[in-house]
Amino acid sequence: MSTVDPAVAATTRKAPGRWQRFWRSRLVRSFRRSKTALIGAVIFLLLALSALFAPLIAVTDPYDLATLDLFNSHLPPIWEEYGTAPFLLGTDSQGGDMLSLMLYGMRSSLTVAFLAVATSSILGTTLGLIAGYFGRRVDGVIMRIADIQFTFPAILLALLIGGISQSLLSNSARAELAMPIVVLALGLSHWPHFARLVRGAVLVEKNKDYVAAAKLAGRGPWTIMRRQLLPNVLNPIFVLATLDIAFAVMGEATLSFLGFGLPPTEPSLGTLIRTGYNYLYSGEWWLIVFPALWLVLLVVSINLVGDWLRDALNPKLHQGS
Amino acid sequence: MLSILVQRSLHAVLVILVVSVLAFLLTSLVGDPVASILGIQATPEDRAILAERLRLDEPWVVRYLSFLGGAIQGEFGISYSAQRPVGDLLLERIPATMELAFSALILSLAIGIPLGVFAAVYRDSWVSSALMVGSIVGVSLPTFVVGILLIFLFSVHLGWLPSFGRGETVDIGWWSTGLLTWSGLKALIMPALSLAISQVALIARLVRAEMLEVLQTDYVRFARARGLAPRKINLSHALRNTLIPIITVSGIQLGFLVAFAIVAEAVFQWPGLGLLFLQALGNTDLPVIAAFLMLAAFFFSAINIVVDMLYAVADPRLRVKVALGST
Repeated sequence: MSTVDPAVAATTRKAPGRWQRFWRSRLVRSFRRSKTALIGAVIFLLLALSALFAPLIAVTDPYDLATLDLFNSHLPPIWEEYGTAPFLLGTDSQGGDMLSLMLYGMRSSLTVAFLAVATSSILGTTLGLIAGYFGRRVDGVIMRIADIQFTFPAILLALLIGGISQSLLSNSARAELAMPIVVLALGLSHWPHFARLVRGAVLVEKNKDYVAAAKLAGRGPWTIMRRQLLPNVLNPIFVLATLDIAFAVMGEATLSFLGFGLPPTEPSLGTLIRTGYNYLYSGEWWLIVFPALWLVLLVVSINLVGDWLRDALNPKLHQGS
Repeated sequence: MLSILVQRSLHAVLVILVVSVLAFLLTSLVGDPVASILGIQATPEDRAILAERLRLDEPWVVRYLSFLGGAIQGEFGISYSAQRPVGDLLLERIPATMELAFSALILSLAIGIPLGVFAAVYRDSWVSSALMVGSIVGVSLPTFVVGILLIFLFSVHLGWLPSFGRGETVDIGWWSTGLLTWSGLKALIMPALSLAISQVALIARLVRAEMLEVLQTDYVRFARARGLAPRKINLSHALRNTLIPIITVSGIQLGFLVAFAIVAEAVFQWPGLGLLFLQALGNTDLPVIAAFLMLAAFFFSAINIVVDMLYAVADPRLRVKVALGST
């Protein structure tokens, strides 16, 4: 089997379309070969789609009290005695359908996670580009701050930022600002990972000819960072961001479980588990077991993809292949 | 060697200073400590007396320096909610957290190393690939979820283990240990296990990767050529050489275990530092929060120094790099 190196092919033949190039790339081929990555991606897509279309699937809407009926409260899953359709996985103390709650819960969990990763990756990438490109004093200051943050495990920082800012707020402000605080807590606790990664990549790239050419062409530092350097350091950022979504989902759940994340009125996988925890001894096991397993399934699916991505983009593993 | 120690120590001092400024800002510029201690029904005289006792009327530079001076001596003022010196509160909580974290570390090494060795030696067996997938599931299990599921199984369903607390403790000097009583050990099992599980996955992966690398080296091939028993090669030649990175990683693991101990302590109502900190956050008990911050800064800086030193001992290349000034 003689495969043509895509880089060579691109220069000799008419360049294939963007989509074709993507499909034939080593990355996608290795993805199609990796069973675990495929399973992870399929599960994640199903979960994400079900979260996206939660309003269409859900039997009850936790944000609309009119859909709740106390008559239906404390129902067990449908395969147990007293289980009632259409409440497949049982109901909570308000008569909310567990499956619907988890779909809506996953919605806020994923929203928080994506926003948090967006925060940390944008902040970290920007600071990493600046540190790597300008070097010297700027680099020293930025990376020193990153080092100080690196002294602490990220989850502890997230808990500190989230916990302290919540404990300083009044009760009403707390509920209102809960979501942005969790996003910031998770985002701010992880930007050094991106900054360090990007800075390292920029240090390698910035001495290459294309950057020198751009400089000679009179481009300013900000344009060079955006147009020349950023596209060339995107791969590792992408891997880290994927893995980071798993961290952010777990982080949100942990913060919410501890009472420093989303308020109980805002169902997320973490707040659902927190609520279920109070019913641990009541025999209503579905309140806790389902959200817990759902959370694990979500994180596992992301990590399956992330784990493959890390190997696939690791140049060390491709030597000689 | 010495230059690494000096460099890391300077870094640690910087970390502690930055955190101390943040901790001080938190205690002094935020909220009204007098109101949060006395409540709204206090008389002006009471307020004045307390304000003086808390030294709230001095300029903030003076107060920062006295805060820092106190912190160095382990004095952080008086807890708003417990009305006791914060230093004492922290000190009596340290043993519980340390016993929990170290038990979890030992547990994760005791399970993770054999798993990793097995997966490396029988690299093509289904056990090895099951372990790789299993380890992804392992790192995807949040501590509190594992804890809750363990409680659900072993306390609620089977009734074997206590779901909260530390059991009976024995005092050895100021250190109160739960390791010497039967109920203390029983209470330790689930919290330690819930902390250990995600670390088991990491350790097993690391050991497997390191072992695979070592098994490819010449001296292992020569040992095989000499006809040594595979068991002896695997355990005494190969494993011994993978232990160095494992020791350094254990240091990092310990840091994570202490951080996640906060979560495990919340689930199991384990009376350690984490629970104290969470309660302080709930009550906006600022002196306790500040003291916890300082303690965390000190603890994690110390762990990082130890880990970096171990790295330097294990990997001479790093020693040269640091000596040349490029980290």
